[in-house]
Amino acid sequence: MDVVSFNRLRWNCRRGLLENDLVLEKFLERHAESLDDVHLAALNTLLELDDNSLWSLLSGRTEYPEGSGAEIYEILALLRTC
Amino acid sequence: MANVGRNTPVRKFDAIVVGAGGAGLRAALQLSEAGVKCAVLSKVFPTRSHTVAAQGGVGASLGNMGEDNWNWHMYDTVKGSDWLGDQDAIEFMVRAAPEVVIELEHFGMPFDRNEDGTIYQRPFGGHSMNFGEKPVQRSCCAADRTGHAMLHALYQRNVRANTQFFVEWMALDLIRDPSGQVLGVTALEMETGEVMVFHARATLFATGGAGRIYSSTTNAFINTGDGLGMAARAGIPLEDMEFWQFHPTGVAGAGVLITEGVRGEGGYLLNKNGERFMERYAPNLKDLASRDVVSRAMATEIKEGRGAGKEGDCVLLKLDHLGAEVIDKRLPGIREIAKKFANVDPVKDPIPVVPTVHYQMGGIPTNYHGEVVVPKNGNANSVVPGFYAAGECGCASVHGANRLGTNSLTDLLVFGKASGNSIIRYLKENPGLKDLPKDAGDRSLSRLARLESQTNGESYAEVAKDMRRTMQKHCGVFRFPDTLADGVKKIREISDRVTRTEIKDKSKVFNTARIEALELDNLIEVARATMVSADARTESRGAHDRSDHHGRDDVNWLKHTLWYKEGDRLDYKPVNLKPLTAESIEPKVRTY
Repeated sequence: MDVVSFNRLRWNCRRGLLENDLVLEKFLERHAESLDDVHLAALNTLLELDDNSLWSLLSGRTEYPEGSGAEIYEILALLRTC
Repeated sequence: MANVGRNTPVRKFDAIVVGAGGAGLRAALQLSEAGVKCAVLSKVFPTRSHTVAAQGGVGASLGNMGEDNWNWHMYDTVKGSDWLGDQDAIEFMVRAAPEVVIELEHFGMPFDRNEDGTIYQRPFGGHSMNFGEKPVQRSCCAADRTGHAMLHALYQRNVRANTQFFVEWMALDLIRDPSGQVLGVTALEMETGEVMVFHARATLFATGGAGRIYSSTTNAFINTGDGLGMAARAGIPLEDMEFWQFHPTGVAGAGVLITEGVRGEGGYLLNKNGERFMERYAPNLKDLASRDVVSRAMATEIKEGRGAGKEGDCVLLKLDHLGAEVIDKRLPGIREIAKKFANVDPVKDPIPVVPTVHYQMGGIPTNYHGEVVVPKNGNANSVVPGFYAAGECGCASVHGANRLGTNSLTDLLVFGKASGNSIIRYLKENPGLKDLPKDAGDRSLSRLARLESQTNGESYAEVAKDMRRTMQKHCGVFRFPDTLADGVKKIREISDRVTRTEIKDKSKVFNTARIEALELDNLIEVARATMVSADARTESRGAHDRSDHHGRDDVNWLKHTLWYKEGDRLDYKPVNLKPLTAESIEPKVRTY
């Protein structure tokens, strides 16, 4: 990922809820370098969610609706380990 | 044309709102619906503002669950503030509260409801009927998503009213002319890295709190006190910055809260020696003593060298003896939080915890119209023309030394709307837009130029980390005279280091390193204001709790602190004990 894309993603990970900030910060440290375009798009789809819904997903209280591309569930699984 | 940098573009508006959380959106709505040409600047998309984290509800004496009235809400607020709140502003807020809640309902806010269709109201700590007699249900909620629902309702309403949003713009500095009048802000567009001048007759700051000055805080990363930093650099004092609300148990190093229910279910605190220290501080109630007693005990253990962890800066919350079944059933989510943020499974190991900041009572001094006021020519509350503040960044002051639960949302609705109305009045009375001063963009451009050219400087992230540690260690929930005095020295040293921070990445587009370095410029002003104000206030009042001065000292300290950046100067102004119409609530001992 080039610097601008990374910076843009990093700012997109600034959230209203601290819990999301912390998980996303760790995720970027661990996985940002290895993200391909498909998974970056999937991450950005998750980042479109409101903060409460995102935190519910990240903390495992809810599941992402079935029927989306595999990459969404793969990114979510990675996020949940962070 | 003013010399704002040859290539610095200028845009003109009637009014500028900086910040798009609850207060900024409420104010912008008032302005747009009145036909004011208004621009709202926000670092993040409005519905990602930190207001989203508010769960407790909005306090308003609707009386839907039984008898209630604003006089009782006022009493609870004044008592909560430990008599440091201004009673004119408090009366104004509690009287306006029912109206702003009903308005919000009409904006589409999905409040929880009673069977008869009225808004359901929850009980909440500190709210009482008949002046402290018994609990009252006064908090209006939308499930556990009150803040979220509020942001959405207000944002959509603003879109309908054609409010113009500048998203992912960071305001940099306040523009004042030689007379002190405010004429807008400079701001950085993250997408391009370009600076623009927003030239306006009225400027409202609704930038939220600055909890990120502490290493343990519940505040999101965006809460960097930008409005406070900008105000301080422009010569505006910051009021009552020594008062910060803490929660006893946040996960050490992360800040995510561990509910008090954990101790309610039988969890208890240990120091590094494995001693259940609350038995010494509160032999009867032990770990179930009130928040301030528990926080004070934790801070004392850490200060006296019995803290746990590598740095000895936390204590341990043990709950493994409850068993996996009880933990999973009665304390849902706790295991998940502990694993994620403390890297421990509480079924086996204790959770490292520390008193954690979550709300800033002080801020930019305003009156109850949302107008910024400063001492001038013998008047302690002289209005700064064209400048307004609302929400957590403002200090009206309704929270005084300690905020009553649910009043943060009440505050941002009431003062967001009130400041909008004040601006509308001001614009009518002051039709002409004054020219920008010659040096309008200078402060911002020189800050940016300094960052560009700095070599052999320190990493801003390292300096920020030292600032947070220093605040946590020297100006935490329980304050000791020696650590405060030492803290003042240290925070001044760190303040010097902030002027020499360096960023490696000098790119223009979305340079997050530059943004964070600029945010640190704001944080450090708030940190210094907090430390210096706390060191000077030799009493304990509300959230300011000192080991060497127990109890409130109304003879010497029934007054607001005003901190000025220049020379770390302190000034004071009287607390307004005279409400608008009600009888004054005279200071007395605060017990619950």
